[in-house]
Amino acid sequence: MRPFEYASPRDLSQASLLLNKTWGDSEILAGGTDLLALMKDDVVRPKRLVNIKEIKELRGINAGPSEIRIGALTTLAEIADNAAIMQNYSALAESVNEAASPQIRNLATLGGNLCQRPRCWYFRGGFGLIPKYEDGADMVEDGDNRYHAVLGNDGPAKFVSPSTIAPALIAYGAQVRISGPGSPRQIPLEKFFVIPKNESEREHDLRPNEIVTEVILPKPASTMRFGYYEVRQKKAFDWPLALAAVALDMDGNTVKSARIVMGAVAPVPWVPADAANFLAGKEIKEDTVWVAAQKSIEGSKALKHNSHKIWLAEVAVKRALLKAAGGTA
Amino acid sequence: MPDSDDAKNSNPSNSGVSRRDFLKIGSITVAVPLVAGTGVVDATGQEVKVYGPGKVPVTLTVNGKPRSLQVEPRVTLLDALRDQLDITGAKRVCDRGECGACTVLLDNKTVYACSVLAIEAQGKSITTVESFMQDGKLHPVQQAFVENDASQCGFCTPGFVVATKAFLDRHPGATAEDVRRGLSGNLCRCGTYDGIKKAVAQLTQKGA
Amino acid sequence: MPEYSWPAADQRALIGKRITRVDAPAKVSGLAKYTYDVKRPGMLFGKILRSPYAHAKIVSLDTTAAEKIPGVKAVHIIQGPGSTIHWAGDEIVAIAAVDENVADDAVRAIKVKYEPLPHFVNDSQHPPADAVEQQGPLSADDLFDMLDNQVPNAQIASQVQQYGMTAKADGDTLKELKANGANDDILNAVRQATVHPDSAKKPKGNYQKTAAVVQGDPDQAFKDAEVRSEGEYGASVITHCCLESHGSISEWTDNSHLLVHMSTQNVSGIPGQMAEPLKMPAANIRVHQDHIGGGFGSKFSPDRWGIATAQISQKAVGKPVRIMLERDSELEVAGARPSAFARVKLGTKKDGTVVGWESESWGTGGPGGGGMPPLPYVFNIPNQRKQHTSIRTNIGPARAWRAPNHPQAAVITMGAMEDAAAKLQMDPLDFFLKNLDLTGARKDVYREELGIASELMGWKQKWRPRGENREGSIARGLGLSIHTWGGRGHASECDLAIHPDGSVNLKMGSQDLGTGTRTCILIVAADTLGIPVDAINLQIGDTLYPPSGGSGGSTTIGGVSSSTRRAAVDARDALFAKVAPALNAQPADLECANGTVRVKGDASRSLSWEQACSRIGAMPITAHGKNPDRSKPPDLTNSGVGGVQMAEVEVDTETGIVTVKKMVAVQDCGLIIDLKTAESQCLGALIMGISYSLFEEKIMDPISGRMLNPNMEFYRLAGLADIPELVVHMMTGKGYDERGVIGLGEPPVISPGAALANAVTNAIGIRISHIPMTPERVLATLEQKADE
Repeated sequence: MRPFEYASPRDLSQASLLLNKTWGDSEILAGGTDLLALMKDDVVRPKRLVNIKEIKELRGINAGPSEIRIGALTTLAEIADNAAIMQNYSALAESVNEAASPQIRNLATLGGNLCQRPRCWYFRGGFGLIPKYEDGADMVEDGDNRYHAVLGNDGPAKFVSPSTIAPALIAYGAQVRISGPGSPRQIPLEKFFVIPKNESEREHDLRPNEIVTEVILPKPASTMRFGYYEVRQKKAFDWPLALAAVALDMDGNTVKSARIVMGAVAPVPWVPADAANFLAGKEIKEDTVWVAAQKSIEGSKALKHNSHKIWLAEVAVKRALLKAAGGTA
Repeated sequence: MPDSDDAKNSNPSNSGVSRRDFLKIGSITVAVPLVAGTGVVDATGQEVKVYGPGKVPVTLTVNGKPRSLQVEPRVTLLDALRDQLDITGAKRVCDRGECGACTVLLDNKTVYACSVLAIEAQGKSITTVESFMQDGKLHPVQQAFVENDASQCGFCTPGFVVATKAFLDRHPGATAEDVRRGLSGNLCRCGTYDGIKKAVAQLTQKGA
Repeated sequence: MPEYSWPAADQRALIGKRITRVDAPAKVSGLAKYTYDVKRPGMLFGKILRSPYAHAKIVSLDTTAAEKIPGVKAVHIIQGPGSTIHWAGDEIVAIAAVDENVADDAVRAIKVKYEPLPHFVNDSQHPPADAVEQQGPLSADDLFDMLDNQVPNAQIASQVQQYGMTAKADGDTLKELKANGANDDILNAVRQATVHPDSAKKPKGNYQKTAAVVQGDPDQAFKDAEVRSEGEYGASVITHCCLESHGSISEWTDNSHLLVHMSTQNVSGIPGQMAEPLKMPAANIRVHQDHIGGGFGSKFSPDRWGIATAQISQKAVGKPVRIMLERDSELEVAGARPSAFARVKLGTKKDGTVVGWESESWGTGGPGGGGMPPLPYVFNIPNQRKQHTSIRTNIGPARAWRAPNHPQAAVITMGAMEDAAAKLQMDPLDFFLKNLDLTGARKDVYREELGIASELMGWKQKWRPRGENREGSIARGLGLSIHTWGGRGHASECDLAIHPDGSVNLKMGSQDLGTGTRTCILIVAADTLGIPVDAINLQIGDTLYPPSGGSGGSTTIGGVSSSTRRAAVDARDALFAKVAPALNAQPADLECANGTVRVKGDASRSLSWEQACSRIGAMPITAHGKNPDRSKPPDLTNSGVGGVQMAEVEVDTETGIVTVKKMVAVQDCGLIIDLKTAESQCLGALIMGISYSLFEEKIMDPISGRMLNPNMEFYRLAGLADIPELVVHMMTGKGYDERGVIGLGEPPVISPGAALANAVTNAIGIRISHIPMTPERVLATLEQKADE
């Protein structure tokens, strides 16, 4: 790690002021599980670390009658153990429980999970978020891209969104609140993630001196069903090859409306609207589910070494839908 | 070769806090200058301490005892324990939060000591494997590891012992599914998982 | 003549029982000290600048800025301008500084200009016909590479005889070859080799094909064969990934003496390897190690960074300097198992008798190419033709990995055997049994072991023909493999002393890799002296103690148990001589048992151990034990084991994910000293085998030539949840015990890849060619099946 200075502000305005206006000069330290690794790998080289863990307003889970608010500093372990979340957001609890390992879940925060950087091995190896040859050609296309994006990969970004929790949150209709120098803003979590078009952009909508403060989940209607499925090589503590979180609003056996969110397949959590729309008015059966799964990968493009990921994405969607509908995956 | 650094490092006037003092900040829209910039921003209002990048005094509570040391903010809890305090049960293997060999308890929860800065571990209770033995007697988890031959080279073992104890404290009647998730954060190279599973089975049957 | 032979079964108090590992309490409590844990007074921290390029020339090097950083104590150039780098991560400059962070800052401040050269890191595809060259004359460097890559001596010698050398080898080269492990056959071949000076100028291609090796009449055999099967099989490059990385701490205790703490499998052998590069007598180098965090074949040498640690300590006025590799370097440069792939044809009769083998193999051991694995493995098929292409790559140097070349050979051979069985519509278990005569001396052992393994697995109840055990998307399958290894004890010496107060100490320059060496030494000594294991103070891991061989090739247990037994018997007999008059008996009538020295068959004439020892006199009884070298016939140790493994898997055919459901290992290793740690060796080998069969692969970037996964998230190791029910059965008793002690480190790790690949093939109904069997490989294989 390179040398840096360290500050622990007590409130958000202090924090925001301690953060610089350009990326890279300062970084927010929350759980630190990703940031410290990036700094050791010399990929991120902040001159200042702003530890936000002393900011009390970022902590805690508040369950209200119509929504639940989860502070950005809430650890993954706290989320997974929360009674209200286990009861009303079981697919979220599952995604959190499957994320990383107990030691990481004890440290890693919700905000940090949403802001973690991609696991792309070219990025981690110091070649940049959008690795390019000197002549501007794309390194990922020529290189070993077995774990790279199969959707949303038309632009220069080919990494996959690393958060396994974000798809579940989006399936629950999460909003994210952001604090910065101006007045706080609130956006749908889906809109928080963006595909960078060049090296100077990031994978989310934050500005360098902004901080994610909380995530708000509406309470699901009693007619809603949720499912989550990860395709993972190891049985635990492994980055998924594809995953899906789905929400079904049911009218008896018929789907009124659906939401499908895919992870680990695109530079952002991928929301295939056509596939979800297709399910409206249909019953969840093996054949309908396969059609929805196929529709969910429309527009996909395999790179040289990752065509299997398109198929795995389909399987993940199919299995998440079947789980939501109460069948086995 | 420069040779004056030892003296410099031990000089408190070179430590982070006293050198940089406080940065005064207020509700202004000017960003606070970073290391390379000037020391003080002309503003009113609150003060926030900024530490480093040089060595700063840090107090860690390790196994119940306060320990004072001088570290740069960039020193991890793991390296502070091992290199400065000579507490070496927690091992450095991956140094990236992937293997679990450096598992310690922070406020009674398992964490990877390589993924925590020493400076941010202040004010928390840090428990390492060295504290588990009481009066020369192994903790039941350690005893079960011994009986079931759950160590070979032993380099992953201290981390596994800490993780297993913390896991069983919370899941005394752990199911196979609990074990899958609960002991997923530690890796072994020699292949001692079978012994560890038997140790856990023995302990859960005992209700340890 | 003292009676050293192992006690009969009814005379063994400890040998062969389940004894708990003696250093387990130290390990579980965090008190066991590894090299990485050693902190010497005033210790400096060393770091190494490594090449980011896989193949490059160093044009210039500027360390001025690094030297000016406060806290930097010494800078040492390992490879200067003009040097050629052959793999990413190769060492260029070593720095010593007051702490690690400062050393890192200094490494970053070094300016290096490289001239990148084209690199080559591909090895898994069949060599393109137009790129393959016939093997030409060899250079001395080629020989060093082959020695590094554990190519068998006979193979090296025959290549030198066949192809000649590019230059005449001078005395220094011959000396260096010998120091690197070349035997007399190689040295004689080099001395007598034809020299082709012109060929040295011609640059060598990446693919070097050796001439075919033929046995019997393969053409006729395949003509006569009633069934012919063929397939492709192979194992990718993996790394050792020792949890304690490679490294050492060096300090000069005075101007001419060096103290080294090193993480090594070879304590006694290190001074000899450090002496020449450091230009000092080996006798002035002391090496010490208490515990080692894994070696697996990769820690026999001090390594370039170990030498650099000593050199940089010298520059830092002798202060202790520690260099332990970072995880990325550990995976990039400190150990790789060579890959091996092959296309194999097998000819059989309708009744299942194998008559012919033809293989075209290839693989890489890094810059030196590497040699052919022992094909066909275990089954000595009467008619064979085999040819190997070694691929020179920039993936980094290969090292011995548990049972060098055998796991790869097993994947290839047992895969081809299973394919032949499938073509014959035979149960592979029956097919293996049918051909056991081809396994030679150990055929009856295999037969017995196959029977036991089959029972433990429930093979006959569970086995179905290929692809016929499916339920929804889940396909189930069984696979098996057999293996062999030598494992005779290495040179080993020890000193044992019995003191007048009854205390006993034993000193030996060996090391315990976690295999249970300490425990086994103590069991042998305690069993011989009739006292408890904890009554003996054992000291190992230091060159101050009598030398004992490096722990590789499963040679340790045979060596240390033999030297210990000899020392203990001699000391015991000396004690008998002192005690006999007091018991009014002849020394030969005495025995040691249950903490007493007594007259055989007369319990009334007995002294406690302490009483007996009090008669020793003022000076302790000492005895030196030495396992005879390999020129003598083995007595207490032996060579040659056979093992059988079976695997049961489930494959999710939608995701390509393989779940191991059960594995069975049946293994012989002669007389077992400690049943508990012996079983742990087998369990650990199965687990390591599951890991390399499903997850592990050193993934090289075709663009940068660097390893893409030098970490523990994408260099996946199996976790606890990936491990199923494991059943280990050790062969003991008559037919095994009397063979003497035989090593166990290698044998059980050989078969898992083959057994698991055969099980997955049996499940999905089509041959999976390469391990690791990742989801993408399984899915691609299934797609291939759908296309057929």
